[in-house]
Amino acid sequence: TERALGLCLSGCRGLSQLAELPDTHQLLRQTCRDFADRELNPIAAKLDKEHVYPAKQIQELGAMGVMAIEVPEELGGAGMDYLAYSLAMEEISRGCASTGVVVSVNNSLYIGPVLKFGSEEQKREWITPFTTGEKVGCFALSEPGNGSDAGAASTTARQDGDEWVLNGTKAWITNSWDASATVVFATTDKSLKHKGISAFLVPMPHPGLSLGKKEDKLGIKASSTANIILEDCRVPLGNMLGPRGAGFKIAMQTLDSGRIGIAAQALGIAQASLDCAADYAHKRTAFGSPIGKLQAIQFKLADMAVAVESARLLTWKASLLRDAKKPFTKEAAMAKLAASEAATYCSHQAIQVLGGMGYVADMPAERHYRDARITEIYEGTSEIQRLVIAGQLLKEYQS
Amino acid sequence: MSGRVLVGVKRVIDYAVKIRVKPDNSSVVTDGVKHSMNPFCEIAVEEAVKLKEKKLIKEVVAVSCGPQQAQETIRTALAMGADRGIHVEVTGKDYETLGPLQVSKIMAALAKKEDAQLVILGKQAIDDDCNQTGQMTAALLDWPQGTFASEVSFDGDKIKVVREIDGGLETIKIKTPAVVTADLRLNTPRYATLPNIMKAKKKKIANVKPADLGVDLTSRLEVVRVDEPPQRQAGVKVETVDDLVGKLKEAGTV
Repeated sequence: TERALGLCLSGCRGLSQLAELPDTHQLLRQTCRDFADRELNPIAAKLDKEHVYPAKQIQELGAMGVMAIEVPEELGGAGMDYLAYSLAMEEISRGCASTGVVVSVNNSLYIGPVLKFGSEEQKREWITPFTTGEKVGCFALSEPGNGSDAGAASTTARQDGDEWVLNGTKAWITNSWDASATVVFATTDKSLKHKGISAFLVPMPHPGLSLGKKEDKLGIKASSTANIILEDCRVPLGNMLGPRGAGFKIAMQTLDSGRIGIAAQALGIAQASLDCAADYAHKRTAFGSPIGKLQAIQFKLADMAVAVESARLLTWKASLLRDAKKPFTKEAAMAKLAASEAATYCSHQAIQVLGGMGYVADMPAERHYRDARITEIYEGTSEIQRLVIAGQLLKEYQS
Repeated sequence: MSGRVLVGVKRVIDYAVKIRVKPDNSSVVTDGVKHSMNPFCEIAVEEAVKLKEKKLIKEVVAVSCGPQQAQETIRTALAMGADRGIHVEVTGKDYETLGPLQVSKIMAALAKKEDAQLVILGKQAIDDDCNQTGQMTAALLDWPQGTFASEVSFDGDKIKVVREIDGGLETIKIKTPAVVTADLRLNTPRYATLPNIMKAKKKKIANVKPADLGVDLTSRLEVVRVDEPPQRQAGVKVETVDDLVGKLKEAGTV
């Protein structure tokens, strides 16, 4: 509260935080970095190769409070802010991008909407057990027929006595095979289009809910991605999250925050790529000197560093605005767009700097390249981000 | 017994950093280099916090000697569970020549001032590898010492320490108040939890000057020169075992 108040009282303080993080946040960042260096980095290649969910590491992160950063302490969380979340997400993802997405989905997409729209009882039931790392949640919005077009959801919910009955298929659900609950978006009245969508909480496993095969993805292989199939899946009426018909709004607001998490994940991947390339530039010699002496390499490293740092500042700004309870939709979209493009750019260039070594699994560059790619797609494609930014921008110019 | 434990924590160059010697061979480069808590000090803090969690002691006080940045190291200890910190301000030339003799004088003075029941230190720092501060502190206080501890437990009014020695493990019992130094296998230090990082912000760090403790920081040592280790030379291949023995005798190693 002291922090948020300070930020509200003077916007200048928020800006100075971009130059120098508060002590607590520096310590948090260092702690997460140490964890990533010691616990995630050494196993990331194995997790990627064997498609193994990092259950032990997620539990350890849970014990640290990283699985529920924004959740108040009385509900079992760390009681910190979104700036802290961005810092933690970047450091974790720098060690292992798959672990990063598991952390992000739990924090922003699953706990996020329950924290914002849930009743006190729902928060205790659906948040507290998901703060320790023992259980993780997921977010079921996309369907085989619609990703970007979220308003066209065709999963239905009909009331039958004191239960909701859900039918439909959700696609591309991160954490699905490892989750103990999901937030599902379904429509109670298709004629109302996006205004007919509501959000529901469904435990996993549950009768009427089954999982499709695990997708064999290009990257973030240690996190599970699959369809969630609902066939007369019944939940009590009390499992509706937020008001009826508010589902689309809940989804969009949730994704606004989720974008900051994914931006931070992309930053971690971008930074890891830069680290890899810069280290190699010191060690690899060609034409009699380390390749870091060659301007071609220097220009690449400089461009990579600028891409990462500018995306990082955008991410921090979006976080600070959100923490100050100011509008942050445009900034979050800018952050996600910039960071994801920085991740793909940096990982691409890192392979180039490494040459042949960048193409083989002996070095992490190829894994960063594969992990980076999804950041331009999920939680709002780069194209959608551009629409969001333009929409906000044009509104500003209207008056 | 006060139930108070003093833990010394030293800010050192991070273990993963590649050390470089300054061009004038006076010391190593520290500017802009990543620093963190000495790994053996982390183990010491962890042990103290565990003793507090087992309710065997009441308060953990983290102490660090150095410039302003030493407070970061103390804050890390607070985030791990220490209750409060003491920053003994040492700067400039005094800091450059700060060594085990000076630190042990400071620790001894603080141990008396704080009425400590136990002083836990890392067995050595990874920058100077002196392995002296714990021993000197105990001597100055005329307290028993349990060094290279791989296990510490309370046994009535005594402390049982299992020590790692060349021949294996030695178990001793020492009376409190005492000094213990932590070895690698004593425990695995915890990562600070986020709630504890937040709580650490509210914990107090007191500022103290060595003069306030009556400690003279004058060093009796002068560092003449610092050099990098010699580059590893190529080996020599031999044809037979006799040749090998011959070469070893030539080199004076056999």
